[in-house]
Amino acid sequence: MSTVITYREAVRQALREAMEKDERVFLMGEDVGRYGGSFAVSMGMLEQFGSERIIDTPLCESAFTGAGIGAALNGMRPIVEIMTVNFSLLALDQIMNNAATLLHMSGGQFNVPLVIRMATGGGKQLAAQHSHSLEGWFAHIPGLKVLTPAIVQDAYDMVLLALADPDPVLIFENSLLYNTKGELDTALTPLSIGKAQIHRSGKDISILTYGISVFKALEAAETLAREGIDAEVIDLRSLRPLDDEAIMTTVRKTHRVMIVDEGWKSGSISAEIMARINEQAFFELDAPMGRVCSAEVPFPYAKHLEDAALPRAETIAAMARKLMEEL
Amino acid sequence: MKTDIEKANQFYRDMLLIRRFEEKCVEMYSREKIRGFLHLYIGEEAVGVGVMHALSPEDAVLATYREHGQALARGIDPKRIMAEMYGKMEGCSRGRGGSMHLFDGLARFYGGSAIVAGALPLAVGMALADKMMKRNRITVCFFGDGAVAEGEFHESMNLAALWHLPILFVCENNRYAMGTALEFSHSETNLAKKAASYCIEAYQVDGMDVEAVAKAANTAVHEIRAGNGPVFIECLTYRFRAHSMFDAELYRSKSEVEEWKKRDPLLLLYQKYPNIDIDKYENEIALIINEAITFAENGTLEPVEELEKFVYTQEAIL
Repeated sequence: MSTVITYREAVRQALREAMEKDERVFLMGEDVGRYGGSFAVSMGMLEQFGSERIIDTPLCESAFTGAGIGAALNGMRPIVEIMTVNFSLLALDQIMNNAATLLHMSGGQFNVPLVIRMATGGGKQLAAQHSHSLEGWFAHIPGLKVLTPAIVQDAYDMVLLALADPDPVLIFENSLLYNTKGELDTALTPLSIGKAQIHRSGKDISILTYGISVFKALEAAETLAREGIDAEVIDLRSLRPLDDEAIMTTVRKTHRVMIVDEGWKSGSISAEIMARINEQAFFELDAPMGRVCSAEVPFPYAKHLEDAALPRAETIAAMARKLMEEL
Repeated sequence: MKTDIEKANQFYRDMLLIRRFEEKCVEMYSREKIRGFLHLYIGEEAVGVGVMHALSPEDAVLATYREHGQALARGIDPKRIMAEMYGKMEGCSRGRGGSMHLFDGLARFYGGSAIVAGALPLAVGMALADKMMKRNRITVCFFGDGAVAEGEFHESMNLAALWHLPILFVCENNRYAMGTALEFSHSETNLAKKAASYCIEAYQVDGMDVEAVAKAANTAVHEIRAGNGPVFIECLTYRFRAHSMFDAELYRSKSEVEEWKKRDPLLLLYQKYPNIDIDKYENEIALIINEAITFAENGTLEPVEELEKFVYTQEAIL
């Protein structure tokens, strides 16, 4: 049965169900307990599960992320919440040098069933140290899986998918999505990790994106539709692994492709996707590929400047029009 | 209960195994059978051997990139360790880890970490899991004096004490963080004091005296198992060899090394127990090492087609 709830409630419901089912699951991070989570995701969970399973940590991202890895090695199914992606840089050593490598370095002996959730993205005038979208960066690392839930159903499903995975999974929740509402059907079989999803079918141009940009792309697609351009909007859902099959299928369908990515353009996941299309479907293209990314600046505070730095429905639509005019 | 003499014999044998094993590694390194980094434990054997004797099989061990000694003392088969050095599939990490990343599930030996202080947070998590699941086992984490300057050390001390975790922290203070002496690294050179400032039971012990290390470790393990929280032991020791095979040792004098060699842990123990039958152990260990070399030489190189295995579990179990 389907209900309409917020993204925040969907994440919380998945966390609750997982903890009710499996005593090995616990949540650890800064202010997840008494404060209720810095984005109120875990509100009320301390009361339900107690401080032994909803663990408020001191401010020590490296140690509590590493502790999550250690607990995972020792039979638990920890969920580490890193408040925002910028703080994950303080835990990068643990994520890259331990979580991503232990299975391989140990010759397959020790897997790390760890889930790390963190808020990502700009758009709230939080300036240069609190507005990053680094999910594409983490997708560079073999050994990790990188998920980017956009819709409410995925906010729920991806927590459970990640917990069921034997390896470290990072979930990037765009903080502007927490208040969005959508349908959740807990009886649905979730779309597995590594599968993209078509949110709008179209025949003229493919817009590949993930996270909050899915909604910007859908808005752009409505504008384009009124102009006679029929755009297909694909939610990648997972940046590692990428769904090459779905990407090439849409390229073969529309023959025109653009990518929307809130990461910086240089060395971004959008660049990786373009490279794969170039390698696997170059002759299917009727026009050069395009992309809309964040401007190559540390994020500014002033609203008009921040707006100009981020992909928007208008810039996405403009890029689509430009690509439709090619050839 | 073993008598002191029986224990001393066991200590001597275990320390000699490490010494001779590593000497063989150096020989095989110069013959280019072993490559990459090779960090030798020679001089520090009393620490690993003394601590390991206080543990039970169900306890977990985490160590550093200088971990041949701990791996041998924990009972990982020397043949599989040597095969790992050779990069062979029969190695304890299947040739994926090498000298710095020895792992063994049966021994509950979780590596072999080459990022200084990087294993401390893992130890915190392992101990947290044991505490949450009410298992009666402890986690032992070895690290050097260099690690004590890292942020991860301080974060981990705080968490271990705050959460009252069953961890034994073993600081192997060999006086040098690679080439930088203790006094150039630490505002407070008594490292136990730093741990104590986190409300952790902490003390220094003579790391060249295997009996002293074993005694301290036994007391600590007893306290930890009784639920009294973490313990920190700072073992004052010395590395007789260079930091790695690429180190010209410009930062310390030969006379300093010679002075420390007068307190060689094997020599100290023998001086106290002159009846130890050294020849018997030399012969036994020579056989073990020969077997290890033969095993490693005859080991298999993993097919290159398997290169991308062990990145994700699904591929690893196929």
